[in-house]
Amino acid sequence: MSTLGFCDLTISYDGDSAVRSFNNLVNSGEWLCLIGPNGAGKSSVLRAVAGLVKYSGSVAIDQNEVPATSAKWRAQNIAYVPQTPLIPEDMTVYEYVLLGRNPHIKHFASETKQDVDVIEKVMTRLDLTRFAHRMVGTLSGGERQRLVIARALAQEAPVLLLDEPTAALDIGHQQQALELVDVLRRERGLTVVSAMHDLTLAGLYADRLVLMHQGVCVASGSAQSVLRSETLAEFYGVSARVHHEPDGTVVVIPQRSSSN
Amino acid sequence: MLRADDNFVPRAGTRVAYSTLVSFALLTIAVLVGTMIGPAGPQWWRVPIELINRLPLTSVDSGVSDADWNIVMQIRMPRVVLAVLVGAMLSVAGASYQGVFRNPLVDPYLLGVAAGAGLGATLVFTLRRSATENWLIDPLPLAAFAGGLIAVFATYMIGSAFSKARSTATLVLAGIAVTSLTTAVQTFVLQRNNDVVRQVYSWILGRLSSATWGDVRLVLPYVVFSCGILLMHRRLLDVLRVGDDEATALGVNIRRVRLTVVLAATLGTSAAVAVSGLIGFVGIIVPHTVRLIVGSSYRRVLPLSILCGAIFLVLADIPSRVLADPAETPIGVVTAFFGAPFFLLLLRVRKNQV
Repeated sequence: MSTLGFCDLTISYDGDSAVRSFNNLVNSGEWLCLIGPNGAGKSSVLRAVAGLVKYSGSVAIDQNEVPATSAKWRAQNIAYVPQTPLIPEDMTVYEYVLLGRNPHIKHFASETKQDVDVIEKVMTRLDLTRFAHRMVGTLSGGERQRLVIARALAQEAPVLLLDEPTAALDIGHQQQALELVDVLRRERGLTVVSAMHDLTLAGLYADRLVLMHQGVCVASGSAQSVLRSETLAEFYGVSARVHHEPDGTVVVIPQRSSSN
Repeated sequence: MLRADDNFVPRAGTRVAYSTLVSFALLTIAVLVGTMIGPAGPQWWRVPIELINRLPLTSVDSGVSDADWNIVMQIRMPRVVLAVLVGAMLSVAGASYQGVFRNPLVDPYLLGVAAGAGLGATLVFTLRRSATENWLIDPLPLAAFAGGLIAVFATYMIGSAFSKARSTATLVLAGIAVTSLTTAVQTFVLQRNNDVVRQVYSWILGRLSSATWGDVRLVLPYVVFSCGILLMHRRLLDVLRVGDDEATALGVNIRRVRLTVVLAATLGTSAAVAVSGLIGFVGIIVPHTVRLIVGSSYRRVLPLSILCGAIFLVLADIPSRVLADPAETPIGVVTAFFGAPFFLLLLRVRKNQV
């Protein structure tokens, strides 16, 4: 159970700023979803939190600033699932999930009984036990997504970052993956920050949406308040209808310009 | 002790235990055979008998004269022990380079480390080797280390400068370029120092033939130190397999790990090259064969590469003694004879995967 705070987060690549003065506080157990067009800086924010890009300003977990130097401390508190994980095909599923324990294993030591127990629980929870000795290269797209989430869970970090978790999945597996994240965050009180392109799914699962445009946060709030057709037209340049279901679900439907 | 969900105990465990046992047995046999064969000295079948005779509390008449036994202990033995050390070192270094560069096609030879170390050692030869005899620490392995280090960093820089993705082929091509340049410099240096040409050339082609206990003493500390460091990193090499970004997100200081592993592997390789010359392909053949048997995890690949590398080089040294008997076939020729086709096979297999 941890909060994740951003204060004046600024990221630039070779002088071009990718994110400017990003401020936010993600509550403990909250799911925040970053949305915005390509190049808006969503991934950069996640990568900064994961310690993969240099930034100015601060990122804090429970008001403790994340130290820039300790990769290990960061990995104990933040689990990061990249958009396209690099999966070594000839590694076994067990070996792959074990990698998630790295932040808890001393530099030159091996995993302890406790580490094995954690992996065992995670793999049972995500229904990966029967694959334990399969090569990861033989898994399907949906199974791979579960595998990567399993590795992130094995880190036992209170904060989970997901960069486009559904990008490579069909509609059924998209739903499964997001349901899984939703259930797990409730079980474990995880604070989740994700970047997503599918606005309907983002609104469906996230507690709060943050719309980014050219490195700046331009709107923040519930799906109802952020997903409005004028806003989408302004920042995505899309012509879309926004439909409100009776149960509160917000559905974004792109419009074809030739008809209508 | 079996649990219902015994699935979790890594199944490879038993296989690893078997492989380790078999490797030890094979190594013992290889070492024994290595001491039994040679142009001069006792007949081969007398050696084990004499060995039993030499054990405490046993007395068997093997008919081996003291002079013949001296040949076994002073000529054959150091050669076999040196083959064990050099083979182990080149293999584990090869596996480690493959790990840190995430490139299945590299080994000390192809990265230019061996050539760089060779140049360093050549410079020591040309700057009057005899003058260094009384030095407290022999400069030969250190000069080789400096040369090897410059070469590996040059290869790495060139390889990553020309392709952002650091593709496997680019690194190998950079290695070839660095090797060519280094070899050219070496040839130039040698041409200006005619007096050492024979000495250096017999050494370039890989020589275990003139091995002495002095060579063993020279290389042993480097090999032990370097293997120790590399073995300590075997779990981290597995984490590096998911790429720089994810390894960082998993809490690995990749720059530190990469630097330490490259330094250790280069130090050991250079010391091996300094006493045995350039022996190619060991670092490719052995780790990949090990992977076929126990899987790709470096936690198993590194220790078994040490054992299997030792076996391989001791065995490869036998044809190098008997093929052109009584002359020597350089061991580098023998390993290249097996290694080059193996490398092509590996290229082909990898190509199909991409």
